[in-house]
Amino acid sequence: MQRIGVFVCWCGSNIAGTVDVEKVASSVAGEPGVVFTTNYQYMCSEGGQGMIRRAIKEHGLTGIVVCSCSPRMHEATFRKTAQAAGLNPYMVEIANIREQCSWIHKDKDEGTEKAVILAKAAIAKLNLNKPLTAGESNVTKRALVIGGGIAGIQTALDIADAGYEVDIVEKSPTIGGRMAQLDKTFPTLDCAACILTPKMVDAAASDKINLYTYSEVEAVSGFVGNFKVKIKKKPRYVNSELCSGCGVCTEKCPSRKAPNEFNMGLNNRGAIYIPFAQAIPNVPVIDPEQCIKLKTGKCGLCEKNCTAKAIDFTQKEEIIEREYGAIVAATGYRPISLENFDEFGYAHNKDVITSLELERLMNAAGPTKGVLLRPSDGEHPHEIVFIQCVGSRDTSGCGKPYCSKICCMYTAKHAMMIRDKYPDTKVHVFYIDVRTPGKNFDEFYRRAVEEYGVDYIKGMVGKVAEKDGKLLVQGSDLISNEQVHIEADLVVLAAAIEPDPSVRNIATMLTASIDTNNFLTEAHPKLRPVESPTAGVFLSGVCQGPKDIPETVAQASAAAAKVIGLLSKDKLTGNPCVAHSDELLCNGCSQCACVCPYGAIDYIDKEVNDHGKREVRRIASVNEAVCQGCGACTVTCPSGAMDLKGFTTRQIMAEVDAICR
Amino acid sequence: MTVNEKELAERVIEISGVNTRKCMKCGKCSGTCPSYDEMEYHPHQFVSMVEKGQIKKLMESKSLWTCLSCFACIERCPRSVEPAKLIEAVRLCVIRQQGANHMKACSVPDSIDENMPQQAIVSAFRKYSK
Repeated sequence: MQRIGVFVCWCGSNIAGTVDVEKVASSVAGEPGVVFTTNYQYMCSEGGQGMIRRAIKEHGLTGIVVCSCSPRMHEATFRKTAQAAGLNPYMVEIANIREQCSWIHKDKDEGTEKAVILAKAAIAKLNLNKPLTAGESNVTKRALVIGGGIAGIQTALDIADAGYEVDIVEKSPTIGGRMAQLDKTFPTLDCAACILTPKMVDAAASDKINLYTYSEVEAVSGFVGNFKVKIKKKPRYVNSELCSGCGVCTEKCPSRKAPNEFNMGLNNRGAIYIPFAQAIPNVPVIDPEQCIKLKTGKCGLCEKNCTAKAIDFTQKEEIIEREYGAIVAATGYRPISLENFDEFGYAHNKDVITSLELERLMNAAGPTKGVLLRPSDGEHPHEIVFIQCVGSRDTSGCGKPYCSKICCMYTAKHAMMIRDKYPDTKVHVFYIDVRTPGKNFDEFYRRAVEEYGVDYIKGMVGKVAEKDGKLLVQGSDLISNEQVHIEADLVVLAAAIEPDPSVRNIATMLTASIDTNNFLTEAHPKLRPVESPTAGVFLSGVCQGPKDIPETVAQASAAAAKVIGLLSKDKLTGNPCVAHSDELLCNGCSQCACVCPYGAIDYIDKEVNDHGKREVRRIASVNEAVCQGCGACTVTCPSGAMDLKGFTTRQIMAEVDAICR
Repeated sequence: MTVNEKELAERVIEISGVNTRKCMKCGKCSGTCPSYDEMEYHPHQFVSMVEKGQIKKLMESKSLWTCLSCFACIERCPRSVEPAKLIEAVRLCVIRQQGANHMKACSVPDSIDENMPQQAIVSAFRKYSK
């Protein structure tokens, strides 16, 4: 028989305001096993914990029930308290009488009644608790970063700096990501490439960092400290060891029909190409969809012209298997498709462009060599209209309900740069709100207005129509309460951003949760912003939510710090609440293995003694280091052989019985 | 807001099914409106006036009848506020008032121009003689 102590916390007035704590303590005094009850203002305080430790010793308690806040808050605290007093930490049960009780009830009688019931359920469960001991597992001292943009690069650099090995898996032929496409960066207007490429070079030069470019994560298994990852290396058809990066092949290639992704499709590239001059690795790839040789067997001009003999049309896809202790998702973003915004005429009009396309048009390495020319006729635009919030803050279903966060600042940047370079150009910005929180951000936007004379119009554009080579922009000016009509040469749409679509697949492989907008969910929105709820998986950059470069870099370093903290441990203490199968009940049907999301269940042939009858049976065997205790197998098992330690069927039914009593 | 105006505002909300609080005041409705210049109160003002309960002002306004009901504002509103439905609801409030038509049957002949279809003239007589 257990000797149980019940400790009811007031949580100041958080609980005591709606629940009669004294009544809760006295009502459960007669429950089976209960030998001691009390209540206290702050059970989590040093005083409260001291009270628990003393009571365990004085009353010889074998288990405690703490009626307090959610176990997510203080279960670990009270387990440590119990352990300090000599109890097994798993002989502690928490009855959540705050989040599930006082915070949601207004009536004190109802709140008290529910608190008593929850306490009784916890006592009933505790009566069946058994001491549990957590196992230990090793930590593979290597990290995987998925995505080679500025977020992934920064995370990898910081992890490498601490002395751990890091692999970056990047799906495109080069690292650099979106930042490499940008011209200047706000609020200081330094050139994106000038500040990014040194970091790319550092990543490539580091002996701790290994780059898998043109590669994708194919499968992930295992658990924190011991992930096993399959990486698919797509064929480049160019031998990286031999290639000198001279680029002759890219000039000789006769296939010129593929839209250049790096320039947002504003010009074409060859079938063999290097995305941009500072690409890392500086090795071309052959696009098999475009290559004449790979499609028809004829051509091979690149091969003929390659003095290094690096072209290899026989290259095949490769699968690499590696083990990691931690995984960082840094999958980034893309601008949304504008097919739902016909009113702006993006699809029919070459001179209606997105802001990312404008970046390429302003960039010295872009299709116009940095001269701002209209895509339709190559003329200088003299009147430019920027439209903000295209698809952002849109709950109609056409766009995204969130604010994309970066558009106000980059539009101010574009407007300012255009006015600076081409002072004869008129620039109008239609805005709903100008949102510029951030160090030196609002000052930056005000400079666009006050020093560069950018015309900010509070209102939204209703439609853009083409007439005689001009774009007729019709919008509202809410301050002067009039409808404005502008004959523009160029219209720039600040398209909303969304997580890169590859994130869905990656989230599934990592069993990391994503929200309704496909952003990866953090473990706690305020207190654990760079960790995924899945142990060992961390988040870096826009895959977690819209953010600009300074914030991305800060989060990338934060994720790296978390990874370093994990990799610096030699052993990880596991969770003892794992599944196990009763070998006498198990019939080896495999259903548990089919539902296990962690691949923790194997089958073994084992000799069992069933009431004196000895025979070899196929039975389920749980790898306790891999099992995360989710319980999917226990509800699937048709014979009731699977059970979860710490949450056995008997314990849960005892709780239900106590609630229904 | 007088009691009567409060009731009117509630009726407009009920008839239209519009939640004016969803409006984020971006002005896309007014930016898109083809009869903006004909209107005393513009679509975005309609939304905020209903929100403030200023229904009588709207009922007396000519802009009620210059809205083309083209529904461009409904189509393009990023928050699904549907201003044209509010305009329609205010029109119904006017029509349902006994003897409160904005013109009399006897003034119909003066408004006829040669391009007006026969059917519109008949409808006008039928409507304004009530």
